Amino acid sequence: MFSKTITRANLSLVLAGIIAFGLNACGGNSGTGGEVRIQGAGATFPNPLYQKWVSEYGKQHPNVKIDYQSVGSGAGIKQIKERTVDFGASDSPMKDEDLKAAPGEILHIPTVLGAVVLTYNLSGVSQPLRFAPDVVADIYLGKIKNWTDPRLKADNSGVNFPNADITVVYRSDGSGTSAVFTDYLSKVSPEWKGKVGTGTSPKWPEGIGAKGNEGVTGQVKQTPNTIGYVELAYAVQNKLPAALIKNRAGSFVEPTIDAVTSAAAGSLANTPEDLRVSITDAAGAAAYPISSYTYILAYKAQPDQLKGKTLVDFLWWGIHDGEKFAKELQYAPLPEEIVKRAEAKINSMTAGGQALR
Amino acid sequence: MSDWRRRLSPTGNTGDAIFRAAMFAVALLMLLIVVAMILALASHSTLSIRQFGFGFLTNREWDPIKGQFGALAFIYGTIVSSLIALIISVPLSLGIAIFLVEQAPYFLSRPITFLVELLAAIPSVVYGLWGIFVLAPFLRVYVEPPLARWFGWLPLFQGPITGIGLLTGGIILAIMVTPIISAVVRDVLSAVPNTQREAALALGATKWETTLVVLVNAAPGIAGAVILGLGRAIGETMAVTMVIGNRPEISLSLFQPSYTLASVIANEFTEATADIYLSSLVELGLILFFVTFVVNAIARLLVWRVTRRTTGVGLAV
Repeated sequence: MFSKTITRANLSLVLAGIIAFGLNACGGNSGTGGEVRIQGAGATFPNPLYQKWVSEYGKQHPNVKIDYQSVGSGAGIKQIKERTVDFGASDSPMKDEDLKAAPGEILHIPTVLGAVVLTYNLSGVSQPLRFAPDVVADIYLGKIKNWTDPRLKADNSGVNFPNADITVVYRSDGSGTSAVFTDYLSKVSPEWKGKVGTGTSPKWPEGIGAKGNEGVTGQVKQTPNTIGYVELAYAVQNKLPAALIKNRAGSFVEPTIDAVTSAAAGSLANTPEDLRVSITDAAGAAAYPISSYTYILAYKAQPDQLKGKTLVDFLWWGIHDGEKFAKELQYAPLPEEIVKRAEAKINSMTAGGQALR
Repeated sequence: MSDWRRRLSPTGNTGDAIFRAAMFAVALLMLLIVVAMILALASHSTLSIRQFGFGFLTNREWDPIKGQFGALAFIYGTIVSSLIALIISVPLSLGIAIFLVEQAPYFLSRPITFLVELLAAIPSVVYGLWGIFVLAPFLRVYVEPPLARWFGWLPLFQGPITGIGLLTGGIILAIMVTPIISAVVRDVLSAVPNTQREAALALGATKWETTLVVLVNAAPGIAGAVILGLGRAIGETMAVTMVIGNRPEISLSLFQPSYTLASVIANEFTEATADIYLSSLVELGLILFFVTFVVNAIARLLVWRVTRRTTGVGLAV
């Protein structure tokens, strides 16, 4: 009797899976009538902001329906390449080979900035810890194993470290947060670059994996003597201890929204024309070194005049009016100069050869 | 009555004929879904099957950045965590079932049965949260240090203690499969005819010896229940990924983090962009599907054997 119920439950799960799969595969076409429907998908990191944008923009333009699904950066890139969505979203810029494989030229429009924060659980330590880049790398490489390591003590005079092994926690789910963090480690540590590299799911040399920001936080909070990394917004909202990181200019910088915007401003000189840039380990005395842009991805040549126009207007609104929602949701707004360069990108979008703005 | 009607339904009723056709269509749909799933998994994993061949099963490296993909660490983690789950849950489930069928008074057996089946209905993410916040710290403080102290000479209990790892994953699984195994075993024990118990008692057997007789008769069915639980343990995703440590490494120590097939698919699928990466993840799904399929088939076979045998005994008496 009971075995039957189990099989039935299994089958309904299978069914649900197939239906979900089917729904995922289709979708993406516009509505009819006076209503314009735009569909986007991608990064989970900016999702709270994009949902805010969608609802605020929808209030001002009742005929526009924008739908953003936070399916992950990887899926966002895949869907924009396959043209199943009107815009994609990704935390890390698309790779050259992905851009080449796309059926048209894809633009990167930066929307806001985020950062990765190192958090830890050390009883009896009240002042924020300070980490030099090589120390962070060597902890995650498993070379610094104990909290009493002299290199840790050197930057944290007055901190009473426990004589305990360091338990390293990383994100087990593929994530832009991991990509930004490993990008930073690859820049500051040649050994990391050679051994591990940069990616959403690297092969971690050390530690235990937890799912999502909430998983890492749970693990760090529950286990003494741990260190983990989470998004800035998540760390602020949950009042987690956050370490100061030594930047390229040699100052220890607290992860704040302004320090993240500074990192973008400090990277202007080496920001290329297409705006695909990593701003980890940025120049500037106030720059927080583990920062990154998040992008909306859209085709330069829009296939549909009406939808193209709507998308362009929405993006324009986003990088101007939308930016003011960034801070309250713990995202760093774009620096002025980058807003100007993003404007140029949006202005270059066309439909049927005609400019949309 | 016209001829086609009679052909469709022996009783010649149109309603019956339509009903029968509809039910057949529904049953056929299930079959089609299973076939479609296998085909989809196989076709989406052709890339990695071609590139890695059988080496995929024996390679323990999983490095998406360098494009190296092997399933061995995940297969190991899946099997070992499921085995730990069975080692803990089988004696527990047998005890519960024996108590419910052979010993508990009616007023106790009903509520306990209800509670055990309620456990089966708790969503796995809830088990996972409980695992992170209650079980892992408990194991780290009260269970793993004594294990390391007294049994540390065994390679099973060595290395740093974090409360996260194969052991924790296995224990979570054990708690999750116990309701399933005990419920099926209870059904199997109830199916053993009372005449057997009466015969054993009449021959002067004690209560314990009588229970033994019942157990021996129900053995294939109990095996079926165990394998059904194993199937559940192999496929479990959320709860395990929250406590197992998600590290594709093969270590003898149960304190060390590990990884399962289902967990890695859930963790990495959304952010996988490279074709070979996606294909390898799908191939992991194919392996998982195959393992679960075989396990369920064996369970069916065993349950079928026990039901046939007990009716046989009943008739003989």
